[in-house]
Amino acid sequence: MANFGTYQESCPSIKNILLLDSEGRRVAVKYYSDDWPTLNAKLAFEKSVFTKTQKTNARTEAEIAMFDNHIVVYKFVQDLHFFVTGGDDENELILTTVLQGFFDAVALLLRSNVDKREALENLDLVLLCLDEIVDGGMVLETDSNVIAGKVASHSIDAGAPLSEQTISQALATAREHLTRSLLK
Amino acid sequence: MAQPLAKKDDDRDDEAEYSPFTGIEKGAVLQEARVFNDPQLDPRRCSQVITKLLYLLNQGETFTKVEATEVFFAVTKLFQSKDIGLRRMVYLIIKELSPSADEVIIVTSSLMKDMNSKSDMYRANAIRVLCRITDGTLLTQIERYLKQAIVDKNPVVASAALVSGIHLLQTNPEIVKRWSNEVQEAVQSRAALVQFHALALLHQIRQNDRLAVSKLVTSLTRGTVRSPLAQCLLIRYTSQVIRESGQNTQTGERPFYDFLESCLRHKAEMVIFEAARAITELSGVTSRELTPAITVLQLFLSSSKPVLRFAAVRTLNKVAMTHPMAVTNCNIDMESLISDQNRSIATLAITTLLKTGNESSVDRLMKQITNFMSDIADEFKIVVVEAIRSLCLKFPLKYRTLMNFLSNILREEGGFEYKKAIVDSIVILIRDIPDAKESGLFHLCEFIEDCEFTYLSSQILHFLGNEGPKTSDPSKYIRYIYNRVILENATVRANAVSTLAKFGAVVDSLKPRIFVLLRRCLFDSDDEVRDRATLYLNTLGGDGSVGETDKDVKDFLFGSLDVPLANLETSLKNYEPSEEPFDIDAVPKEVKSQPLAEKKAPGKKPTGLDAPPIVPTSTIDAYEKLLSSIPEFSGFGQLFKSSAPVELTEPETEYSVNVVKHIYDENVVFQFNCTNTIPEQLLENVTVLMDATEAEEFSEVASKPLRSLPYDSPGQTFVAFEKPVGSPAVGKFSNMLKFIVKEVDTSTGEAEEDGVEDEYQLEDLEVVHADYMLKVGVSNFRNAWESMGPDNERVDEYGLGVRESLAEAVNAVINILGLQPCEGTEVVPSNSRSHSCLLSGVYIGNVKVLVRLSFGIDGPKQVAMKLAVRSEDQAVSDAIHEIIASG
Repeated sequence: MANFGTYQESCPSIKNILLLDSEGRRVAVKYYSDDWPTLNAKLAFEKSVFTKTQKTNARTEAEIAMFDNHIVVYKFVQDLHFFVTGGDDENELILTTVLQGFFDAVALLLRSNVDKREALENLDLVLLCLDEIVDGGMVLETDSNVIAGKVASHSIDAGAPLSEQTISQALATAREHLTRSLLK
Repeated sequence: MAQPLAKKDDDRDDEAEYSPFTGIEKGAVLQEARVFNDPQLDPRRCSQVITKLLYLLNQGETFTKVEATEVFFAVTKLFQSKDIGLRRMVYLIIKELSPSADEVIIVTSSLMKDMNSKSDMYRANAIRVLCRITDGTLLTQIERYLKQAIVDKNPVVASAALVSGIHLLQTNPEIVKRWSNEVQEAVQSRAALVQFHALALLHQIRQNDRLAVSKLVTSLTRGTVRSPLAQCLLIRYTSQVIRESGQNTQTGERPFYDFLESCLRHKAEMVIFEAARAITELSGVTSRELTPAITVLQLFLSSSKPVLRFAAVRTLNKVAMTHPMAVTNCNIDMESLISDQNRSIATLAITTLLKTGNESSVDRLMKQITNFMSDIADEFKIVVVEAIRSLCLKFPLKYRTLMNFLSNILREEGGFEYKKAIVDSIVILIRDIPDAKESGLFHLCEFIEDCEFTYLSSQILHFLGNEGPKTSDPSKYIRYIYNRVILENATVRANAVSTLAKFGAVVDSLKPRIFVLLRRCLFDSDDEVRDRATLYLNTLGGDGSVGETDKDVKDFLFGSLDVPLANLETSLKNYEPSEEPFDIDAVPKEVKSQPLAEKKAPGKKPTGLDAPPIVPTSTIDAYEKLLSSIPEFSGFGQLFKSSAPVELTEPETEYSVNVVKHIYDENVVFQFNCTNTIPEQLLENVTVLMDATEAEEFSEVASKPLRSLPYDSPGQTFVAFEKPVGSPAVGKFSNMLKFIVKEVDTSTGEAEEDGVEDEYQLEDLEVVHADYMLKVGVSNFRNAWESMGPDNERVDEYGLGVRESLAEAVNAVINILGLQPCEGTEVVPSNSRSHSCLLSGVYIGNVKVLVRLSFGIDGPKQVAMKLAVRSEDQAVSDAIHEIIASG
């Protein structure tokens, strides 16, 4: 059983991804670790992360902070606050790559119109996006174009494999999907 | 583009804050979920309902078992729809609902169909969902598909299968391990992330096989790794291999170092940083190996990205603890980080600078920090205070600047932990830097004038009582102390009374005035304060005679308890009121080490009938109780020391035996702890035959056999020897375990009538000098050393020959002497060429011993040592030298 420890240590792992609004309320969150066993523990963590980072300027470059035994990287846009948390011995740059992947993918999917309202209107896309980035703590994909492509591939012919889609195709699909979801 | 507001079902448009989920209610959404059952499915509407369900779950709402089951069954109906968007949402909600085993069966066939679909998106997602919710039995059914998926030409499918494999390995390792051929193939994949996932899984499958991991690393470090993530993994595995191989070989070139170094030139910052960090964490890293890593980290320090700066400064901070010199090159870059927007970065930069700074930069640094302190949180401030304390100990000449800084921040606002850190630091500085004493005490006095923490006031008063009287002008402290008696709560008042008494006892000129103050305290409202005042007035002779204070009284006031408080506590709890007064000398003096005996026998069956039932409260207490309960040994007097158990058998042999050496003034008792690990045997009449031909000064006086030793319940047998009184006799014993063995029928547990005599060779046992030495620490070595005086000092120099490292030599000497290292001096900073080590202990006959060791190492690893011993007995000082000379 002791081997799990070494595995967790040697493999980059994400503990949670949070998307909060400008008052610290949840837009979408996903936890991959048991560090916060109860809803209250999770909310308390979100609150402390939000209050401590609230005043910082993380709009142009991703910022970073330490909380107890966790490292949190974060980036804000309009009224949305993006956070990615890892263990305290995690490579900070891996966490940032994941954050950037999530951030950019959401921006692509929301057509650069990234704010809370838009995110909630397209919550399905945001949730799918989370699902495509990390699976159970393991980094699944970090390239925002690929992530957005996978999320937006709704209307692509079922026979066409994803790998054969070009980025522009993927974007076209994303756009199409968006227009449709906005008009409905 | 379409108007975002033109949503048709948008009928509750909130001006203030619009959200599609405003006023959402669980009950209503669960009602809505009925649309899943419609014969004519509306995919869009279904998607919306699922999104609402997911929103509720995401907000922390929980579904009851019944609700979850109901939703789950409704959702399974949606597999009928061919709409891709809807299917994605179905996958998502199934994962969120985490259905129970009997529910999983319902969707298994649908998911398996998707797993074999032509669409890669279906296949990848179906694999992830199925692996998430499945259990072992189902896994064998789908194993074939998963193996295929791992080597699928589509990277998304392959990654899905590999990542699922990583999760499944924790629950069903034996199944996943069968896939290693496919995983091996996937490691060669051209898709970047597939390679990353495959590498992670392969390593996890093989992690217990060091050779395989080493091979994997060897082949990959030569080949090409495509994704930065996979490269990071490889770096981690490589350092692991280096770590493990390092234990065996100590020779020159480090394997794979070149690989790590080459990663410093990788194009991805993630990889560069991972490699730099790996190099700094190599055990016993040399400064030549460090340099390239430090150089890239230095570049990161001036990056525009906060994350890079943070990562670099955090790593450098760790390096500075062990290799401060290596980091000094970065000092200029680090100084500019003090004003960094990100407070974490600034704090890390400051603490690093404090570790690496040189004497001349201290003043400038302190100026910068002063501005910075006001706008950081307490937790950061504590870190800074601790760093300043160690800086001050490093540069004692700079105490004035640093002490002023500490007193300034002491006056500012702050919580208890922060204030405590400052007070502790000042106290340590006063202790270690004599010049700092007067100003330090003065700052503390100022602080208690306005201190809201009883704990800190008490601590400072106690400290003031010990140090204040020894200063040039003790009278100036009295005002501060007496103010406490007037102004504070009872606890602080009582402490102030004690402190006053200490001044009175030491400074005769102050005595009459102190008496006046103490007499006033006799009218205090609190019992404890009055009692203390009365006690001190009497002991100090407050009846008017002003003379020299007795030595006894001084001892009473200042003498430290030379017993560990924990031991005293146990003894007091064990003491039963009786005619016999409590004897403080009977309290064991040895600092408790790890209670090995407790760890060794967790939850074992009760010991044999004739063995006394022991419930070890602590090792030494337990030993003492055990030994005094055996009539043969009860006449041996006070137990001086019991050693840690020494194993006399290899692990996992038929019989496991370890021995504890109990040292008395005239005797040595060997306690053999035996365990029988063969279920089919019962041992009776177990003894240990000790041959003392190589231990001439010892003669056997008694032995106590163990009547019966059943399977897996440890028992003890004892042998006692006599030796010359108070002398540290040494020698070697060869040992033979003798017993009668009886066969046991394991089904009934009954032993046969007849037994066979048998014996079992044990390893040799030595009694060494260290056995006569008690590890007793002293809190302030310098004071203890001074007060011991140079009368019985013996100094000599020794060559220790070629040693692997300085640390190894220091440890060897500490172990030979069996003394307690003081003040953390047993830790040798790596790469240092010289080291001083302070040791203390009590030698047999209750003789206190203090030892100062100075080590030096030269190029070809020749170690020289200077040994200075002070003790209460010249013969003992000589004996210590004898130990080294003969060792």
